[in-house]
Amino acid sequence: MKYQPVIGFEIHTELKTKTKMFCACEVAFGGDPNTRVCPVCVGMPGSLPVPNKTAIDYTIRTSLALNCHINQHTEFDRKNYYYPDLPKAYQLSQDYNILGVNGQMDYEMADGETRTVRINNVHIEEDAGKLVHPDDSFADYSLVDLNRAGTPLIEIVTEPDLRSASEAEAFMLAMKSLLEYIDVSDCKMEEGSLRFEVNISLMEKGADKLGTKVEIKNLNSMRIAMKVIEYEIKRQSRCLDKGEPIYQETRLWDDVACMTRVMRSKEEAKDYRYFPDPDMVPMDITPDWVARIQKELPELRQQKKERFIMEYTIPEYDAGVLTSDKKVADYFEAAVKVSDQPKQVSNWIMTEILRELKNEEDADISEFPVKAEWLGTMVGLIQKGTISGKIAKKVFDGMLKTGKDPETIIKEQGLVQISDEGSIRPIVEAVIAENPDSVEKYRSGNTKVIGFFVGQIMRKSRGKANPKLVNELLAELLNQD
Amino acid sequence: MSLAAKTVTQIRQLLKEQKVSVPEVVADQIKRIEEVEPKVCAYRSLDTENAVAQARKLQAQIDKEGYPSDQPFFGIPVALKDNMCSVGQLTSCSSKILENFKPPYDATVVSKLKAQNAVLIGKTNMDEFAMGSSTENSAFVKTCNPYDLNCVPGGSSGGSAAAVAADQAFASLGSDTGGSIRQPASFCGVVGMKPTYGRVSRYGLVAFASSLDQIGPFSKSVEDAALFLEAISGADPHDNTSVDMPVPSYSEEMKKPVKGMKIAVPKEYFAQGIDPEVKAIVENSIKELEAMGAVCEEVSLPHTKYCVSTYYLIATAEASSNLARFDGVHYGYRADGAKNIVDLFSKTRAEGFGDEVKRRIMLGTYVLSAGYFDAYYLKALRVRTLIKQDFENVFKDYQAIITPTSPSPAFQFGAKTADPLEMYLSDICTISVNLAGTNGLSMNAGFTKSGLPVGVQLIAKPFDESTLFQVAWNLEQALDLNCKPNL
Repeated sequence: MKYQPVIGFEIHTELKTKTKMFCACEVAFGGDPNTRVCPVCVGMPGSLPVPNKTAIDYTIRTSLALNCHINQHTEFDRKNYYYPDLPKAYQLSQDYNILGVNGQMDYEMADGETRTVRINNVHIEEDAGKLVHPDDSFADYSLVDLNRAGTPLIEIVTEPDLRSASEAEAFMLAMKSLLEYIDVSDCKMEEGSLRFEVNISLMEKGADKLGTKVEIKNLNSMRIAMKVIEYEIKRQSRCLDKGEPIYQETRLWDDVACMTRVMRSKEEAKDYRYFPDPDMVPMDITPDWVARIQKELPELRQQKKERFIMEYTIPEYDAGVLTSDKKVADYFEAAVKVSDQPKQVSNWIMTEILRELKNEEDADISEFPVKAEWLGTMVGLIQKGTISGKIAKKVFDGMLKTGKDPETIIKEQGLVQISDEGSIRPIVEAVIAENPDSVEKYRSGNTKVIGFFVGQIMRKSRGKANPKLVNELLAELLNQD
Repeated sequence: MSLAAKTVTQIRQLLKEQKVSVPEVVADQIKRIEEVEPKVCAYRSLDTENAVAQARKLQAQIDKEGYPSDQPFFGIPVALKDNMCSVGQLTSCSSKILENFKPPYDATVVSKLKAQNAVLIGKTNMDEFAMGSSTENSAFVKTCNPYDLNCVPGGSSGGSAAAVAADQAFASLGSDTGGSIRQPASFCGVVGMKPTYGRVSRYGLVAFASSLDQIGPFSKSVEDAALFLEAISGADPHDNTSVDMPVPSYSEEMKKPVKGMKIAVPKEYFAQGIDPEVKAIVENSIKELEAMGAVCEEVSLPHTKYCVSTYYLIATAEASSNLARFDGVHYGYRADGAKNIVDLFSKTRAEGFGDEVKRRIMLGTYVLSAGYFDAYYLKALRVRTLIKQDFENVFKDYQAIITPTSPSPAFQFGAKTADPLEMYLSDICTISVNLAGTNGLSMNAGFTKSGLPVGVQLIAKPFDESTLFQVAWNLEQALDLNCKPNL
């Protein structure tokens, strides 16, 4: 391609605080419209904002995790514009003395190579409400729901350091993982608690002049985000090839037509008339405060990976896969706690569980039907010999389909492995007696025929014979006389 | 003397001694309102039925348990300016855009008064959204000065001042952003004071200019004002700009003598443009203070000449943002016949706001706009710091400052409406106090030959309202004016 993509992101994440940014209303998803509101978040005349300290703590935590410089003097600014979902007609945000600036984040490409993106700033602001448009396109009204208005929002702005769609993808996955790791947000893109907006421009390769930047909003899932980026790169390339101008504008993704559309052009670009909010005093983020947040920082991904390798004696590859998503890492540890078999648990997760999750878009292991403790229990039963590895697959599928725990499934389907010699010996003896030709083949050196015997024994025992014991008995009985 | 003509302190004494009952007090207050309201028109809305019912309940409590010693405003009818939210009571800021607005919540000062069982008898008229110096900008009614019905009561808290002057309330609350309590207090011959910024919670006060607004009392005596300030002061978790400082007993502290006190007389406030009668009355007050042993000396507040322009840049900028929420979507007036959302916003605001409000919103929007922000808004913030430093320097050597409250006594209706700038200049003596964030009080110091009241302004250090009341109370005793309008 003769053009170099130049990509940057703006990320918004709704914080998982108990209450809103400037009032005591509860933060939650859904619910009847306009039921989690008060004079402050509705912007009633005479109401005043009071900042949520936990939200500030989370902003400091995020800034530290992104290696930002923390500005000791920081304050809220008003971003003024009119829109029906913005009750005060201004959003409380930060523009001048922003809390976190000049950071950077490492991320891993698919092949494991580490790259870096610079973080311009991390700041705290409040979310707007929601507009609900009636299905009838001729309706002359829309509905305003302010439940979400005032929810604390952290905004992270990167420098345009990304140079390809694959870098963008790797970056997005890494950012989601980091935010989950520091535990400031639910990071559910489908619920809107994590939102990515991308800025894309193209540059002639070898040139030093940046192209015109296009902003695209509403990337509602990772899958859509990648489609959007790839489409937009193509669209801009075609424009440049044809000599057509690229306008500095805001576009939206149309998932039906599979293209980006114009939302807002530069001519309508707004002057937000930012000025420091006079209703709240500036904040003094002291070094002591920062030190306390630094100490309370949850274990980040790299630390966890290294700990897994040491504590559970699993290979680096496994540790890498398991820690790429904090929820998967937590699942792993919960299962190991029950089973005490880290490598086995890791195998099950990496092969069976992650494959199942991949089939569903943006699936979350915390909603996976097989609970971590159940996996642990199941692996423990394999270890004990109650079930074989092969039977375990049946048990696993059972748990997946029915949502029942492993012991129940084993009981209901009678899957307990037969491990007492007294029950297996007669079966082995019977199979040997019924297949004298195969016995001959074995005794004349064809050891592969053992597989046939095992198969027969398994069939006769309906798969429940303990394979280890079968092999031992076969060896004993075939090698005698 | 009728009950309504008494001060808060006097009425409370009578209630304590059970010489009168709460229903009698309220009834007399309502009678007085009915008598003079057709002339004065101080109120926007009255809540007399509830007041009468409440009075009965409160008296039952007094009969059973005696007058509560910890609730100084128990059973006392007071009025609130129409920009203070009280549950279920019309709060319109004298604007069409909030004509039928009944807040679902109480302002903190209202909560405090309700906790003391004060009788909130009604909301008083004002300049629309507190923008004005004469109350002529009310969208609804015209309030007249009780001392001369052809003259304005001052503004923007003209209704609250007139109500107290005409004995239509024992005391009232107003709001002061550039002089909106002190100037009407001067015009109406009553006591009016603006506390230090942060002394009283702004939660529930419909915002005009957030860094300048404060709620303060109007009263018939300095003692009443001190008591009222005690009742409404204190830090509030709902107001991040309210300050956590102890609330002294102002009404006790004020009774100390002023002997030996150093009082500053800033020369810039006595320059040309001050009405000679006003000047004479203020100079007389200075003489009275000196006769009591205070030392009054001339000083300079050198940045005074920048006060009015600095104020009109900062206040309008903040107001343009504070008033943006009136867009017809969530509450208040909504225009009919809008074609789309932008049309809804424009029509609602064009129809709902008066001219002065529109003028200030446009000015404030311009001041904050890209390309002009640094030259105007930012510059004004810096000059504000210089103005504040002028006061800090004077307060190093002086405990109080004395000035005229307004360059003229009450003017006639229409006298200053032709040129908005002329109206703005009537705040020239009071504006600096809001910019500096400190406290100021106006009290009646005399009358012009034509019988119009003239106030004198006292200013003290931030959070030193004790000294403010001390000077005021001593001066009040010395002047011994005791005058009522002829209605």
